[in-house]
Amino acid sequence: MDTAVRIEKLSVTLGGNVKALKNVSVDLPVGKTIGFIGPSGAGKTTLIKSIVGMLKISSGTVEVFGRMAGSSELRNIVTYMGQELSVYTDLTVRENLEYFATMSGQTRREVKATVKNVLDQVDMTDKVDALVEDLSGGQKQRVSLALALIGSPKLMVLDEPTVGLDPVLRDRLWTLFDKLSGTGITMIISSHSMDEAERCDDLVLIRDGHIIAHDSPKGLLEKTNTRNVERAFLKLVGERE
Amino acid sequence: MSVIKTLATSKRVIKQLYHDPRTLVLLFVVPSILIVILRYVFESQKVVFDSLVPMLLGVFPMTMMFLITSIATLRERRSGTLARLMTTPMSKLDFIMGYALAFFLVAFIQSSITVFITLSLLDVTVLGGTFATVVGAVTSAMLGTSLGLCASAFATSEFQAVQFMPAVLFPQLLVCGLFAPRDQMSQLLQWFSDLMPLTYSVDAMKQVTMSANWTGDHTKDLIIVLGFTLAALILGSLTIRRQEKG
Repeated sequence: MDTAVRIEKLSVTLGGNVKALKNVSVDLPVGKTIGFIGPSGAGKTTLIKSIVGMLKISSGTVEVFGRMAGSSELRNIVTYMGQELSVYTDLTVRENLEYFATMSGQTRREVKATVKNVLDQVDMTDKVDALVEDLSGGQKQRVSLALALIGSPKLMVLDEPTVGLDPVLRDRLWTLFDKLSGTGITMIISSHSMDEAERCDDLVLIRDGHIIAHDSPKGLLEKTNTRNVERAFLKLVGERE
Repeated sequence: MSVIKTLATSKRVIKQLYHDPRTLVLLFVVPSILIVILRYVFESQKVVFDSLVPMLLGVFPMTMMFLITSIATLRERRSGTLARLMTTPMSKLDFIMGYALAFFLVAFIQSSITVFITLSLLDVTVLGGTFATVVGAVTSAMLGTSLGLCASAFATSEFQAVQFMPAVLFPQLLVCGLFAPRDQMSQLLQWFSDLMPLTYSVDAMKQVTMSANWTGDHTKDLIIVLGFTLAALILGSLTIRRQEKG
């Protein structure tokens, strides 16, 4: 199976003394929905930022599609949605989309098509001319996700995209993630919610800066002889302590 | 650097201002109001007001543009939008030049309004004429814009950004020759003022009041101010990081 992301012996220390990742190595396959699952403070966001190229790596390596993370060649094919909204709340939905599409290098005609396309995908067509600051929390979240859909991403990295959303909207977004994954896009999605884990093809369980397991949900349950990912996670943590 | 991305960034910043009419009104009206107040502070001393006001036409737009640009770009850094933009193919120079162009346009409108009100409604006569006065005021506001863009990189909160105004601009204001002739200051302060951009900005406005013709000193002052403006923009773009330390 082709590898989308290859991480070898990655250690990250934040602020000079917080060891966020400790000697992490993992290969992530192309075209799958990969869940980074773990509690808050486990190191998920740091791992995500390392993959997107937002962190200067001083120990270990992170390769994305065979190139060093953060390489300029990756900027058109790797898109990112962070935990902060990272959208212009004083602009309309359309203005946000048009601006980010232009920044991704699209022509005026492509921008128009992109706006229509991504709004359809996140089901926000009726809010196109609304100011983002006037939208609900869930709608703002969807605008942020829409920005990550711009262009032709081969890898989408989404940091807690469903946090704070109601169950119906979460389900809709996961259906969208499945659809995107079906088109060949590799999806990396972080979550501290164990019930979302079962919707992934591949799970990377993270705790205290370490990867404690990397397997499919089915494989994980079989190996740990448990009924759900939460119990599997607790069992793995128990074995390590 | 891409012209399309730079212009798109300018357009986006202007749209943000357009959606915030209160800020626009404050930007365009406050310097004029300050000048009008000053006119009545010097009600019985019109000559003093006439000699002072061209220099203030340089100072007021500059301080306002410094404040607004430093906070606008700081907001961009703190909201995560800048970090997100840095994951796209956009260059740092596209970002900083886009901001600069948008605020240069704002500076032009703001300075023109202030100069118009001062010269026409307050009946101030400037020897160098309207064009030279507008050029001086706009150049000064552009300097404030680029210093604000640069200063925002060193602030991590809005409180710090606001404090940069007294820290960065007020010392320059004290030694630029507005309050006392520079050659009467201590030698140390003269050297300090020689290194500060506001000195040349105020000096350019002084030239406008002293001569009906465009002098070589006037051109030199404006070139120095534009040089500082460009240097601050380049420094500002260098402070943008695509990657945090890890």
